[in-house]
Amino acid sequence: MTERRMVSIDGNEAAAYVAHKINEVIAIYPITPSSAMGEHADAYSANGEPNIWGTVPLVVELQSEGGASGAVHGALQTGALTTTFTASQGLLLMIPNMYKIAGELTAAVFHVSARSIACQALSIFGDHSDVMAVRATGWALLASNSPQEVMDLALISQAASLEARVPFVHFFDGFRTSHEINIVEELTRADLRAMIDDELVLAHRNRGFSPERPFIRGTAQNPDVFFQARETVNPYYLKVPEIVQGQMDRFAEIAGRQYRLFEYVGAPDAERVIVLMGSAAEVAHETVEYLAGQGEKVGLLKVRLYRPFSIEHFLGALPETTRLLAALDRTKEPGAAGEPLYQDCVTAMAEGGRSIKVIGGRYGLSSKEFTPAMVKGLFDEMAKEQPKNHFTLGIHDDVTHTSVDYDPNFSIEPDEVVRAVFYGLGSDGTVSANKNSIKIIGEDTTNYAQGYFQYDSKKAGAVTVSHLRFGPRPIRQTCLISSANFVACHQFVFLEQFDVLESAEPGATFLLNAPYGSNEVWDNLPRKVQEQILDKDLKLYVIDAYRVARETGMGVRINTIMQTAFFALSGVLPRDQAIQAIKDAIEKTYGKRGEAVVKKNFAAVDMTLANLFRVEVMDKVTSNIEIPPVVPPEAPEFVQKVTAEIMARRGDLLPVSALPIDGTYPSGTTQWEKRNIALEIPVWEPDICIQCAKCAIACPHATIRFKIYDPAHLEGAPETFKSVEARGKEYDGMVATIQVAPEDCTGCGLCVEVCPAKDRKMPKRKAINMAPQPPLRAQERDNYAFFLGIPDFDRTQIKTNTVKGSQLLRPLFEYSGACAGCGETPYVKLLSQLFGDRSLVSNATGCSSIYGGNLPTTPWTVNQDGRGPTWSNSLFEDNAEFGFGFRLTADRQTEYARELVEALRGTLGDELADGILNAGQLSEADIAAQRARVEQLKAKIAGLDTPEATQLRSLADWLVKRSVWIVGGDGWAYDIGYGGLDHVLASGRNVNVLVLDTQVYSNTGGQMSKATPRAAVAKFAAAGKPMPKKDLGMIAMTYGNIYVAQVAMGANDTQTVRALVEAESYDGPSLVIAYSTCIAHGINMRLGFDQMKKAVDSGAWVLYRYDPRLADQGLNPLQLDSKGPKIPLQDYAYNETRFRMLTQTDPDRAEMLLAKAQQDVNERWRMYQQLASLDYSA
Amino acid sequence: MVDLATTYMGMSLKSPVVPSASPLSAELDNIKRMEDAGAGAVTLHSLFEEQIESEAEALAYYMERGTEMYQEALTYFPPVQDYRREPEEYVEHIRKAKEAVDVPIIASLNGITPGGWISYAKRFEEAGADAVELNVYFIPTNFHLMSYDVEDLYVKIMKKVKSQVTIPVAMKLSPYFSAMPHMASMLDAEGADGLVLFNRFYQPDLDIENLEVTPNLILSRSAEMRLPLRWIAILYGHLDASMALTTGIHTPEDVIKAIMAGADIANVCSVLLKGGIGKISELVTGLTLWMEEHEYSSIEEMKGSLSHKAVAEPTAFERANYMKVLLSVPSTITI
Repeated sequence: MTERRMVSIDGNEAAAYVAHKINEVIAIYPITPSSAMGEHADAYSANGEPNIWGTVPLVVELQSEGGASGAVHGALQTGALTTTFTASQGLLLMIPNMYKIAGELTAAVFHVSARSIACQALSIFGDHSDVMAVRATGWALLASNSPQEVMDLALISQAASLEARVPFVHFFDGFRTSHEINIVEELTRADLRAMIDDELVLAHRNRGFSPERPFIRGTAQNPDVFFQARETVNPYYLKVPEIVQGQMDRFAEIAGRQYRLFEYVGAPDAERVIVLMGSAAEVAHETVEYLAGQGEKVGLLKVRLYRPFSIEHFLGALPETTRLLAALDRTKEPGAAGEPLYQDCVTAMAEGGRSIKVIGGRYGLSSKEFTPAMVKGLFDEMAKEQPKNHFTLGIHDDVTHTSVDYDPNFSIEPDEVVRAVFYGLGSDGTVSANKNSIKIIGEDTTNYAQGYFQYDSKKAGAVTVSHLRFGPRPIRQTCLISSANFVACHQFVFLEQFDVLESAEPGATFLLNAPYGSNEVWDNLPRKVQEQILDKDLKLYVIDAYRVARETGMGVRINTIMQTAFFALSGVLPRDQAIQAIKDAIEKTYGKRGEAVVKKNFAAVDMTLANLFRVEVMDKVTSNIEIPPVVPPEAPEFVQKVTAEIMARRGDLLPVSALPIDGTYPSGTTQWEKRNIALEIPVWEPDICIQCAKCAIACPHATIRFKIYDPAHLEGAPETFKSVEARGKEYDGMVATIQVAPEDCTGCGLCVEVCPAKDRKMPKRKAINMAPQPPLRAQERDNYAFFLGIPDFDRTQIKTNTVKGSQLLRPLFEYSGACAGCGETPYVKLLSQLFGDRSLVSNATGCSSIYGGNLPTTPWTVNQDGRGPTWSNSLFEDNAEFGFGFRLTADRQTEYARELVEALRGTLGDELADGILNAGQLSEADIAAQRARVEQLKAKIAGLDTPEATQLRSLADWLVKRSVWIVGGDGWAYDIGYGGLDHVLASGRNVNVLVLDTQVYSNTGGQMSKATPRAAVAKFAAAGKPMPKKDLGMIAMTYGNIYVAQVAMGANDTQTVRALVEAESYDGPSLVIAYSTCIAHGINMRLGFDQMKKAVDSGAWVLYRYDPRLADQGLNPLQLDSKGPKIPLQDYAYNETRFRMLTQTDPDRAEMLLAKAQQDVNERWRMYQQLASLDYSA
Repeated sequence: MVDLATTYMGMSLKSPVVPSASPLSAELDNIKRMEDAGAGAVTLHSLFEEQIESEAEALAYYMERGTEMYQEALTYFPPVQDYRREPEEYVEHIRKAKEAVDVPIIASLNGITPGGWISYAKRFEEAGADAVELNVYFIPTNFHLMSYDVEDLYVKIMKKVKSQVTIPVAMKLSPYFSAMPHMASMLDAEGADGLVLFNRFYQPDLDIENLEVTPNLILSRSAEMRLPLRWIAILYGHLDASMALTTGIHTPEDVIKAIMAGADIANVCSVLLKGGIGKISELVTGLTLWMEEHEYSSIEEMKGSLSHKAVAEPTAFERANYMKVLLSVPSTITI
């Protein structure tokens, strides 16, 4: 028998490992935090790894979770062992099929990384809201609490489901378990083989459809029999608990780990017992053992099989001495008598005739921390005479006072465990290095290890915090490290941004990457940090990792260096052994990528020790460097009190009362978050500039601004503020300025690349050039502040359909958290400039909803009049319909307001009433005039106390034309939301759809969509996508009455501006599909616009506008805005890793697919040419 | 029947016409067609140092960029188990080429530093390459670099490669050495098995509209063979190393000139890029006809017959040549 390996994996990988081996068909759709399970399964199949029967499972990606569950249902009904992986909204979309699958008594397991469901806000983090929402479907619910349990129960659930014929949801906590790396004993194929009974598999298969033995399943039933038929399944459900326990016992014989339906831990004579399920059980387990060891009569009942809920087993597991039971639910059911587990406990007591008092409460929503301190706090509460019921644990509820108090300083971290916290930047490789360290320690030594990583919602300048534990015993502390004996700060600037040393325990080691030598670092530390070092008696070590990285050719990747320093200082392994292990890991990771990469990493390891120094700290605080306030004092109160706290990583401490009740937040808060993440920023050269504004239109973060203004406004300008005579007749006598927002710029360099103006004497000097940010920061901060104070150009006087004109409009989308060089945001920003002051934006879930609406700060903002886009995200799948709803309101309210204007004509006067009712509102001047008329209207009816006047006062603003925008990515438009999009486009209503087409699911990490072009590699298309890209624009054009445009700003910015303006002006549905470069393409984002040009030059992306209004004039509505293919597709495609990598994994296939893709391009161009040449004059 | 066989770096070739490194030999079918058309050997397209060193880095960079920082997308590409990088592809290409044809396969390595890329020569040998051609494509832009530093670089790289392989190694040189005979004899003495004269740098062009430097490929013409022709003629008979003439061979007559000057083989490239691989057979046929017409029985008989050593007027290869041309200009020039 093969020996079992100890592996360092996370919960997702553990589930996928087992599921892939015991299924035949896997149908998935990506959703955080479950996406990785599907990706692992896809990778196993792509590598030809067989299941336990020796055949490679089929892994397919569907267009939605609804689609995935339908495919799963179909595959199950035809007899294949089938599974899927999902979470949150994904699980909700599967509910209809789940009822069917269960109703048909079908053996199946869904592996769910449990996640919050969007309500007042979306959250990708873990709780049980999703699994609790499927309680009624008839699926068994089985909870795993750790990566090891995930691996074990994934198998047990499958075995049990086959035996019971009841489908199972096997769930574990999103992120806390799905993403926690732990040391897991990997089950062997033999283990799996022994647990899965082939007779049951054959029985499952034989229940499947076959024309050889046909039957009908899925009938429609009437009142006469439906009820009785529904009750037929009862015996199967009644048997489930025994079956599951039987499989658990069988598993114990095979693998040695014994599980129970309800597992009790703690004092045998416990009086106070907590009941819960999921990862929190691990923390509770440790805490209960600790407290029981202290003599407290406390216990914990872990629930594994939650549905069917076996009262008998539940009561059987409870100590007879139990006096009080506290049921903890990781979900919220507003309005219910209590949360689900609480209600089950109450029912169990009632039905079981036990007189144990039950209280219930909520904890851990959206991965809120659950700590030993909270467990202790709850036991303390339970010891009170009148403990709270319907309580909350882990927050401060100062509104309805539900929260249970606890002492946050209570800790049970054992001394034997190395507890290390690392603060890093996403781009510096800290997390990768830490995952590597866990692998080294967990797999190569007898130590146990655990890693949990806090990532960022910002994609540029992302901060990561790694929590690593190493120790001689299995690690159950499923919470962040609050008491660290090793803290590493990989970025010196963090010391001024948040409290890096908060978790450091007295005497801890503090490793700091600093651009200072060991003699000078002390004086450069902020005062507060010095105080902490002295107060806690920390051992300070310093290394200039960036210098070492530079000198060893590692660029800005300091991961290997900091990892080596950690091993050198932490003593987890003997130093030599650790260094050899690091080198072995480097060889393993990079060996296939070439000797050069390996050598550089080796050099970095070798140079680290020579550059790592212990700092002799002073005995007193010497620093005058104060940590600056998180936001400036002029920030609004809400930003000061709430936003700033979240920014400072203190959001956990905000009380309930601080937060909006309905998810409504103020616009324009990114302006208060000065992130200073750019190493270099653009510097303007007025003497070279031709004022084309290409830099401004290209800037993904609205940090290059362009203004033309009266020189009188220059009065009081800072000394270094630049301006130059404005170019163009219409700007006679005015001056122009291009100004950078130095603290918001991400340093992507796109502006420099698109700048067409060069110094004739020195062409490498452009009108805008990158220069180091730090020396320019203060000066340009003042300049930018002055610049913002200069009045905007009068938008009624601007030719908005030109690049230059559009860039004189103030961006109402600024400083988003998108990736540096993002290809989507320039379009979003342009939209905000052109129509933002009167737009309603419906945004599909995805990158644009995250950089557009993720707390703490959001980029949609307002103009000088306080107007701006109003923005919302409903879901992923319903975005078109959601935005359509905006339109319906706008149409109805506008119409009603017009009716009221007519009704109040007498009061308003004919001139004003007619002016309002007949306003074309086709230009900015028209819009401004209508706004003025509406103000007059409001004034005239201000004192009028009639029902019509009251109604009109509330609706008058709808008389100004609203611009409804439905924005989303290709995953939404081509896949999950396509049905709705098609319907909305076909409705004829005036909605504008902007598809940010990155040709891949960007936000969830590069899964294939139907927009992915042929030959490109993506997740679920590891061998290159074999099918061509869907032509969404062409499909829309077939309706004939939809304005359709395909644009690529980098190839033709003027066409992009025109298309947006035309789309918006069209009184009907419009669809603009925008080529958006993305880091998932594997390109140099600085050259993103150049790559767009190549896409167009190669014909891979055709620029066109289809304007139905032209057909009315007897003209062909289709105008091609790009020429035929000028360069081979290869010249475009092989500039991108997504295409190029296939040439190295499967060169023959790459060649074949590229040839076909070239054919796609040629054929599409010919078709478009023919369509554009049709005669519409007849 | 004339004997077209020649010996180049110890290898017996059935003909002196050998395609030089070009994209054409990246295709296996083309290599077969080259053999069928009468090529004596085939030089594969170059594997560049940049491909070996930088490509690996670039791939590592783009595969890793953006990973492990944003919670919903910890990676952006599917994991790849069997990653075949370009150098690996090249090695595989050698193997396939060797299986496909009988003529010797000369692998080509192109780089400018004595770095890790050189180790690929060993891989070439293991894959079956019959010889290695080293193309040191070095443009000295450093004003402090002395001429002997440059010469030393070539020798170092050549020696490093020689130390790793047992197959013959040819050095492809540029014409820009101030003391070509010394340079050649130094390489010869240090073990070079062949010299390929000369490397033809693709000179960049200037885009005066966009104020940019633009890469520009201009194919060679026959007249350009005069430069290597002279130096081969001068070097012939002084070295142990074989010699290949490259640049400007377009006609059978050009091949004959190359051989008569002292080259063991005539490398062809531009002519094939312009006229197709079939041009090889035109060259071979033309060469055969010419030899028959002029009653030469073998290549060996022709080799070096018009070299500096052999001709009656060796000074014609020296500066006098230039003067003679000048003197031959008619004296009555009308302006």
